[in-house]
Amino acid sequence: MYGLGILKGLSVTLKRFINTYVDDFEWRGKRYYTDEGIAHRSSKDAKGIFTIQYPEEKMPVPEEFRYVPFLVYDEGENGEINNRCTACGICAKVCPPQCIWIERAVDKKTGRPVQNPAAFTIDADICMNCGLCAEFCPFDSIKMDHDYEIASYGRTVYHLEDLMKPASYYDEIRPINSAKESEIRRIAEEAKAAKKAAREAKKAAQAAK
Amino acid sequence: MTESDFATRLNDRFPEGVTADEREGYQGYIIAADKLIEFATALRDEFEFDYLSSVTGVDYPDEGKLEAVYHAYKTIGGAELVFKVQTDRENPEIPSLIDIYPGADFQEREAWDLLGIKFTGHPDLRRILLWEGFEGHPLRKDWQEAYYEADKKPFKSRWPKAEYTRAEAKNPYGANVKYPDKFDPEKWVPEGEDALYGSLAKYETTDKDGLKTDHLTVNLGPQHPSTHGVFRIAATLDGEKIMNLNPVMGYLHRNHEKIGERNTYLQNMPFTDRLDYLSSLSNNFGYAIAVEKLIGIEVPERAEYIRVIMAELTRVQNHLFAIGMFLNDIGAFFTPSLYAIEERELVLDVFEMVTGSRMMCNYLRFGGLARDLPDGSLQKIRDLVFDRLPRKTDEMDRFLSENEILRSRTVGQGYLSTEDAIKYSAAGPVLRASGVPYDIRRADPYSIYDRFKFDVAVRYNGDIYDRYYIRLDEIRESIKILQQAVEQIPEGEIQTGKPRYQMKVPKGESYGRVEGPKGELGFYLVSDGTGNPYRYHVRAPSFINLTAFGPMCKGLKVADVVAVLGSIDIVLGETDR
Amino acid sequence: MEKEGINSPGYEIPEEIEGVVSITSIDRIYNWGRRSSVWPLMFGLACCAIEMIATAAGRYDFSRFGMEVMRPSPRQADLMLVSGTVTKKMAPTIVRLYNQMPEPKYVVAMGACASGGGPFKEGYNVVSGVDKLIPVDVYIPGCPPTPQALINGLIKLQEKIDGQSIKTVRWYQKGDTAAIPVPMLGPDLIYQSSIPAIKEAAQEEA
Repeated sequence: MYGLGILKGLSVTLKRFINTYVDDFEWRGKRYYTDEGIAHRSSKDAKGIFTIQYPEEKMPVPEEFRYVPFLVYDEGENGEINNRCTACGICAKVCPPQCIWIERAVDKKTGRPVQNPAAFTIDADICMNCGLCAEFCPFDSIKMDHDYEIASYGRTVYHLEDLMKPASYYDEIRPINSAKESEIRRIAEEAKAAKKAAREAKKAAQAAK
Repeated sequence: MTESDFATRLNDRFPEGVTADEREGYQGYIIAADKLIEFATALRDEFEFDYLSSVTGVDYPDEGKLEAVYHAYKTIGGAELVFKVQTDRENPEIPSLIDIYPGADFQEREAWDLLGIKFTGHPDLRRILLWEGFEGHPLRKDWQEAYYEADKKPFKSRWPKAEYTRAEAKNPYGANVKYPDKFDPEKWVPEGEDALYGSLAKYETTDKDGLKTDHLTVNLGPQHPSTHGVFRIAATLDGEKIMNLNPVMGYLHRNHEKIGERNTYLQNMPFTDRLDYLSSLSNNFGYAIAVEKLIGIEVPERAEYIRVIMAELTRVQNHLFAIGMFLNDIGAFFTPSLYAIEERELVLDVFEMVTGSRMMCNYLRFGGLARDLPDGSLQKIRDLVFDRLPRKTDEMDRFLSENEILRSRTVGQGYLSTEDAIKYSAAGPVLRASGVPYDIRRADPYSIYDRFKFDVAVRYNGDIYDRYYIRLDEIRESIKILQQAVEQIPEGEIQTGKPRYQMKVPKGESYGRVEGPKGELGFYLVSDGTGNPYRYHVRAPSFINLTAFGPMCKGLKVADVVAVLGSIDIVLGETDR
Repeated sequence: MEKEGINSPGYEIPEEIEGVVSITSIDRIYNWGRRSSVWPLMFGLACCAIEMIATAAGRYDFSRFGMEVMRPSPRQADLMLVSGTVTKKMAPTIVRLYNQMPEPKYVVAMGACASGGGPFKEGYNVVSGVDKLIPVDVYIPGCPPTPQALINGLIKLQEKIDGQSIKTVRWYQKGDTAAIPVPMLGPDLIYQSSIPAIKEAAQEEA
């Protein structure tokens, strides 16, 4: 019969319409603005209203999520800032659209370059959020941010002071990665210390002879 | 027939004019320009290479040569045949293959546009991606753009002494632009349009009462809701009937290949994401295969499985979106596309979790992957491929496929015959819906596709409905592959060797191709032994599938053109590159 | 708009009639009307357009902000969401579309390409940001901005609309707002403003 296909299709729409109310009823009061509600709405069993009510509730971003890069600094015991970046320039070299500009600091007395950036600029309006800089940084210094709410009324260019964020922030947004990295760093440092100790022991033994 | 058999046969047939390409790392044959037509005819009729996949060119300024590169296949399966024709750089002329392989049409126009190779005998050799009146041929090695900074990346101006400047500020606008002699901008009339309308042959008909009718020329786009982006169609109409139709593109030409030749090999990876931005992981896959062929690196077992899982999820997600947008085009506004996007979002959640980005995944590395699957993601994929996606595909099928309005709009419309599909080098769902069971995953298996049981989706009517329905078939086949891959995935390494950001690549050429959601996606690379590709060309299925668009639309009504375009499923990022 | 928003000009309302009376300024009610019905132009350029579609679709659904009516015709649109790379071949069309939009009109540059050229900036056919052609109100970085980032940008636009005053907005000033001159496609993209410089250079060469 002509029209049966349309009716069959409409039954799908009708079912989805009814599901909306069924699901709302089943999840009375917990469906919106709760973490489990969001998780339910993005699971395989999601049915009914699918909408995330941004900005009142937000889709949680996964650990690997990447937006614009930032620089991590360690906080010393007295609150001093130890920048992890050594201005080695790998991120600037690997960056596909070449949106990173680094000026290496120079020791004023000797005129030799020191391992610190004097200026560090990322043009966020060129950046393609690919994450290669973070992937190849050997000092765990440049990382991809999770903060996507950065719309503004002007062009977005980040200089050194805008880019610096504490290590605690990094630990918070990427707990698994940061734990993994600090474990690798710890092992490397221990190996270094052991080597140093061995060398000193050897020196001492030689001196004793 | 083994390869050496083929070589002897070819040698017997062409004792002169066909020589093997013996440059270091190169393959295939070099054909003398005057022999090309004869060679191509023999190739098609005697050697069964009935499918011309890709036409492009390479510029060798040091030798004073331009080279056209052709890739041909047999639709019954098997490896490629590469052949090249060399010509003088100052006066580059090569006979056009359009009479033998009509699929060469747009690709030869592109090679003319970007490299300036003149294909003699091409009936409509206009610029295709840029506009008439543009100065120079940008893919030539000595051509520089307005904001030119340096030949190769990384730029020296970024480290260690870098002062933040925008290139256009330092290099005032147009510094490298060469204006022709006596150029007067005030009297300048952009000339492209006349050539375009000239290419649409004018008809004048006289009806039985002796009334003369002039035909109407109509433009659709570049800003039009049904063109899937910035795409333009110029057509001549008789009443509402399409007499002649020409697609106009290049409104999203982002100079992918020029930038790609400046990038290092790794830097190109995120750029490939932005080709067909709906299926970035497939693009990554094709590019990784092409580079891995060049450097000869193996991929660990687990990485291969993850690659296949991601590529197939991409196909599912792309086809869902394609179906939704196609239904939008034929007037079922919003509901089907909203249903389709809902499922797509769930697949994107997996991409975001695994790769870090919803669309621009940048996940594959040469010899492996950027990172392993994070905890919980495999379970998420299982949930999707064993439960949600099969269920929702069936629902989509129930929802749409028998709908009488959809059927009467699509069944029997926009017909593309089997012969035409092959002739016009159509690929992917467009080719298979016309009855050619050609799927690279089967015809010329790459990665680990030979391990999975699946059918090549094929339908025989070659109309819009079949091109719609074959996408549902393909989703089902992809889900089959996914289910097997998720079950079989082993533990282990995901990267061969340490990932490096700079590497030397041995001299030579390679062509890596995958069955992308839109069709055969190929990457042609030429390496000169440095860290940057010497030539980087993308065989873009969305672009080449459009060759058949004009012939398919002839005789249809204007509203059906939109449906035909929707059924081809183009993505402008790939069409224009 | 919330109740305190309407009553904010600072007039005291007696408690007994608080439920039935509200006092507001014309600016407020006018801005509220405009910011709650910003109709975007259905205009997708590149990758970002897909995220724009995702934002319009069920998951993020920007009809919650009164923006669901995507108009394919510029004559009916208030907002141009420049979603993707602006190429030179497309530039004249974009300027023409902008000129055809009636005032009040807004432009949001979505993503890196529209804001500042993005990764394709060095290309020969790419304009370094749509602000080279038309004035931009809100810039959203990201490549591409996720749907939530886009909505964040649209909320920023609503905030901007809230801050405007009927007395100072440009479309109620005396005189016509001049249309932006459309650039031409010559040997390269030619801006009307750069014509004298090109002529001068041509004369020098001759």
